[in-house]
Amino acid sequence: MLTRLLRVALTGLAITAVSSAPALAQQKTSIKIGFVTFLSGPASGPFGVPAKLAAEGIVESLNAGKGPAPYQIKGIGGLPVELVVIDEAGGATKQVSEYRTLVQRQDVDVVIGYIGSGDCLAIAPVAEELKKLTVFFDCGTPRIFEEGSYKYVFRTRPHATMDAVAATMYLLDNRPAVKRVSGINQNYAYGQDSWNDFEATIKAMKPGVEIVTSQMPKFGAGQYGSEISALIASNPDVIHSSLWGGDLEAFMLQAQPRDIFKKSQLVLVAGEPYLHRLPGKIPDGTIVGARGTNGVFAPDSALKRWLVATYKAKSGGLDPNYPAYSVAQAILGVKAAWEKAAAKKIGSATPMGAAKNVKEEMEKAYAPPTQEEVIAAFERNVFDSPSGKVHMNLGKGHQAVMGTAYGSTRFENGVVKVGSIKYYDADRVTPPEGVSSLDWIKSGFKRTK
Amino acid sequence: MRIDRNSIAVVLVGVVLLALGPVLPSWAVSLLNVALCYGTVVLGMMLLMRTGIVSFGHGLYYCLGAYAAGLLDHFGKMPDMLLMVGAGAVTAGLVAAVLGLLLAKYRDIFFAMLSLAFSMILYGLLVKTASLGSTDGFNVAAKTVGGIVIAEDSVRIVVYSLAVVFATLSAFLLHQYLASHQGRLAGAIKDNELRVEYMGASVKAAVHRNYVISAVLAGIGGALMAVNIGHIDPEMTYWPQSGEFVFVAILSGTGSVFAPLGGALVFEAIRSFAYEYSPNTWQMVLGITMLLVMIFLPGGLWSLFTRKRGA
Amino acid sequence: MSQFIAVLVDGIVYSSWLFIIAVGLTLIYGVMKILNIAHGSLYALGAFTSVTLCTMWFSGGHDAMGSYAMLLLAAVLVGLVAGPVIERGLLQFMYGKDEVVLVLVTYALFLILEDLIKLVWGVDPLFITGPNGESPYSLLGNFEVAGLTYPNYNLVLVGVAAATGGALAWALAKTRSGKLLLAVIHDREISAALGINVGRTYFVTFTIGAMLAGVGGALTAPTVSVVTGMGAEVIVLAFAVVVIGGLGSLPGAALGALIVGLVRAAAVHYFPEVELFSIYFVMAVVLILRPKGLFSGAEVRKI
Repeated sequence: MLTRLLRVALTGLAITAVSSAPALAQQKTSIKIGFVTFLSGPASGPFGVPAKLAAEGIVESLNAGKGPAPYQIKGIGGLPVELVVIDEAGGATKQVSEYRTLVQRQDVDVVIGYIGSGDCLAIAPVAEELKKLTVFFDCGTPRIFEEGSYKYVFRTRPHATMDAVAATMYLLDNRPAVKRVSGINQNYAYGQDSWNDFEATIKAMKPGVEIVTSQMPKFGAGQYGSEISALIASNPDVIHSSLWGGDLEAFMLQAQPRDIFKKSQLVLVAGEPYLHRLPGKIPDGTIVGARGTNGVFAPDSALKRWLVATYKAKSGGLDPNYPAYSVAQAILGVKAAWEKAAAKKIGSATPMGAAKNVKEEMEKAYAPPTQEEVIAAFERNVFDSPSGKVHMNLGKGHQAVMGTAYGSTRFENGVVKVGSIKYYDADRVTPPEGVSSLDWIKSGFKRTK
Repeated sequence: MRIDRNSIAVVLVGVVLLALGPVLPSWAVSLLNVALCYGTVVLGMMLLMRTGIVSFGHGLYYCLGAYAAGLLDHFGKMPDMLLMVGAGAVTAGLVAAVLGLLLAKYRDIFFAMLSLAFSMILYGLLVKTASLGSTDGFNVAAKTVGGIVIAEDSVRIVVYSLAVVFATLSAFLLHQYLASHQGRLAGAIKDNELRVEYMGASVKAAVHRNYVISAVLAGIGGALMAVNIGHIDPEMTYWPQSGEFVFVAILSGTGSVFAPLGGALVFEAIRSFAYEYSPNTWQMVLGITMLLVMIFLPGGLWSLFTRKRGA
Repeated sequence: MSQFIAVLVDGIVYSSWLFIIAVGLTLIYGVMKILNIAHGSLYALGAFTSVTLCTMWFSGGHDAMGSYAMLLLAAVLVGLVAGPVIERGLLQFMYGKDEVVLVLVTYALFLILEDLIKLVWGVDPLFITGPNGESPYSLLGNFEVAGLTYPNYNLVLVGVAAATGGALAWALAKTRSGKLLLAVIHDREISAALGINVGRTYFVTFTIGAMLAGVGGALTAPTVSVVTGMGAEVIVLAFAVVVIGGLGSLPGAALGALIVGLVRAAAVHYFPEVELFSIYFVMAVVLILRPKGLFSGAEVRKI
C-alpha cells in the first residue's frame, strides 16, 4: 500500500510539474483582467451581476475602439482586454485562495474586483505579497487605507464615510427640526459602520437629538414584522437605513402597508439601485443616495451616455445602477493609468488621446509599460469617469476621492424620480489624509490634523 | 511509541512535501497549504467519527484557533508563528474541555445540533464585536518563528513548511493515539457503548478526551489557516464552514490518517477548479461530486486504496 | 403594556411562519430519520414558483384575489413534482445509511438545487406585484392592535399554521394511514414485517413534507423579495425550532416555534442588541436542560 501511495503522489506531482512549466516568453498580445464579483448569494442580484454585465459591455466596447474621449484607444493601450470572471461568494478565506489562483495559475495582468469589505481587507496584503496590481471597485470600508499602506492596491471609488456625512447634511437641510432618530441596519460590518457613522455625524451636527431605537436584524433575515413594530412604537422622526438587496425590498414590502412612513422620514443611503424596482413602494420624499455621483446623480457627459448605452445593450434595456458606474470607474482608471504610462514611454508629453499620432503609435508599434510604470502613473492620477472627475488623492494616492449627492424621491406616472438633488464636494464629506473616519466625525469635521 | 508502516509513511510524506515546497509552482504550494490546514481540522473530525459522533459545529474551534492566533498578533504584538499555533491549540482545547463535559452526554443529531448552537453563539458574539472588525474580521501575519525573524521573500515557504510539519506531526500523533489502548476504544464506543461500559472503561471520559483532541486539532488547523490566509473573520464559525468539514471527512473516509489530508487536497482542488472553470455552478459541481462519492464510495476516497489492497 | 401586546402579536405571527417552515422538516425526520437540509431549497422553490405563477396570473389580467390560488398551486406543484423526483430518484437508494450520511446527501442536494434555482430564475430579487402594485400581502387590508397597524395577511399565516398543525395531528391520530404512519415511526422493521408498505409510506411522507416546505415558501413569497440563498437563511432557523421542540415531534415543533418566535420578538422590542444570537442561545439552553428537546420519546437501549 505504501508503494502505491507513493506512486500516486509522484504521478500527481509529475503532472503538476509538466502542466506548470513556464510558457515560452512571448510578445504581449492581450491584457488579462481577473474580475471578481458576486455571481451567487444575496449580493449577486443588486451588485454582482450588474457589475459583471457592465464589465463585459465596457470591455467589448473598448476592444472595438468605441470608447468616447479620452478613451478612444482600442482596448487598453491598444491591446485587447480579456476578462476572467470569478465568483466572490464563499468568504474571505476562499477568496484569498482564488486570488492566488488568478494571479499564479491564470497569470492575469491586473485584478479588478471585490464588493465585500472583508474580502478587500483580506486581499490587500496578498496583492502586496504577490506584487500584482489590484483595483477594488466597490467595497466601502475606510479601514483599507486607514489601517494599511499599499503599493499595488488601488480603490477607484470613494469610501463609505461620505454616505453618512452627506446624508445627515441633506437631512438637516430639509428637516432641521429632527429630534427623534432611529435606524434599521443589517447586523454585519457594513450595516454597523453605516449606523455608527450616521449616529456620530448627526450627534455632532445637531447636539440634542435622541436615538430612540437602533434595530439590527440579521443579514438576510427576510422577516421584519417585529422590527417594524418596534420602529413604529418608538415614534421616530427619521429612520436611517443602509439595507440593500433582497433585505431592503422585503423591508419596504412589509413596512409600506403599515403606515410607518406617514410619520417618519426614511433615509436610504444605498437606495438608488432599487428605485426602478420598487415603483409605488417607496414613499414620496424618501432621501436616497447612490454612494457617489452615480446613476441618476451622474452629471450628463459623453462618458455617461456611453455607459448607459453600453449597459442597456448588455442588460436588455436597464439603466446602469451604481455598481455599474463603480466598475466603469475601475476599468477606466486602469486604462487611464496604463495609457499615461505608455505615452510617457513613447516619449510624448501630449495628454492621452489628444494627439492622433500617440494613438496610432500605441496601437501599432507596441511596447507595453511595466507594472511599476503603470502604478507610478496611477498614483495621484486624475481621470474622467461616467460619474465625473476622479482624484486618486487619499491613501498616498491609492484611494479615490469624489463628491457625492443626495435627493428625494417622487412617484410620477408610474416611475420613481429623484428631485431636489444636492451635490456635496469631496472636501466636505471625506476625512483628510491620515485621519480615521470616526475621529474626523468626532472632531467636528476638521480639514486639518 | 509504535513504529509501524503507516507511521513511517506519515514521516515520509512529510519529508517529501517539505522537499517539494521550493520546487512546485507557487499556486500548487498555496493549494497544498490550504489543504494541509483543512486536513488538520478534518483529522479531528475523523477521530470524532470513529467514535461515532459528528459535530456540526467544529467551526467553533477552527475559528477560536484562528482568533487566538490573530489576537496574539493584533493585540499581543507577538506575531510568532509557533506561539500563534500554540495559542490556537490551547484555546481550542480549554474551551473544548469545558463544553465537552456537557457534550459528552450527547449523541447523534443532538450532539451535532448542540455543537452547532455553540458555534453559532460564537458567531453572534464576533459579529457584535466591532473592535475585532465584526463580519469583516481583521488581518493576521506571522513575522517570526521561535523568535527568528522571517525574511520577507521566504514568508510563503516558511508558512508552508510549518503547515507541513504541524499537519504531519498531528497525523503521526493521531495515528499513535488511534493504535493505543485508549484510541482503540473509539471504534468500540461507536459499535456499542454499553459493552464498553461493561468492560470497565468509561465511555464518557473517552468521548470527552476524543472531543478535546479533535478540538485541539481544529484549533491548530484554524491558527495555521489564519497565518496562511492572512485574514480571519467570523465566517470561520458559521454553519456552512462546519458542514464543509463534515463533508470533507465523509469524502475522505476514516480508514487512515492519510485520508483526511488527501481528502482535503482533493476537495480544495475540485473547489478551486470549479470556481475557475464553472463560476456560475461551482456549488452544483461540489454537490454532484459529493453525491457520487457517497453512492459509489461509501467508505470515502480512502476505500479506493483499501479495496485494491483486498483484491 | 402596549409594547407587551406588540411583542405578543409579533411573536405569534413570527411563530406561525416558523411553524409552517419547520413542520415539514419534523415530519420527514420523524418518519424517515432524515434531517433534510434540502428542505430550505424546497422552501425557496415554493417561493420562486409562486412568483412565477402569480406574475403570470396578474399579467393575464385576472382578478387579483386569484393570486391566493396561485400560491396554493405553487406549493402543491413543488410537493408533487420535486418531492417524488427527489425521493424516487435519490433518497430511496440511501435508506438504511447512517443518519449523518443522510444529512450530507441532503446537503449535496441543497447545493445542487441552489444552483438549479439560480439557473432557472437568475439572481435578481423577485417579488409579486400586479399591474397596479397589487400583492397578496396587502390585498386583505389591515387591522390595528395597541396603536400598531398590521396587514391581515398575518392572520392568514396564523390560520394556515393552526390548520396545518391541526390537520396533521388529526390525520395521525384518527385516520388509518396516520396510525400506520405512527407504527412506522415507532418501529420500521416490525411494521414492514406486519405488512405495512414502508417504501410507500416514505414516498408519501416525503411528498407531503416537500409540499409543506412549498407552502412555507409560497406564503413567504408575497412578504419578501425572493432571492437566491433564501433557503440557506431559513434552514438553520427551522433546525433550531425542530431541535428545541424535539426532533420528529409535532407538538414539539409548535412549542419550539412559539418559544423562538416570542423570544425573538421580545429581543427586538426590549434588547435589539442580542437579537442575533437569541435563537441559538435558547436552543443551547433547552438542549442543556432537556438533551433531546422538549418533546422526546423514550429511547430503546441496544445491548
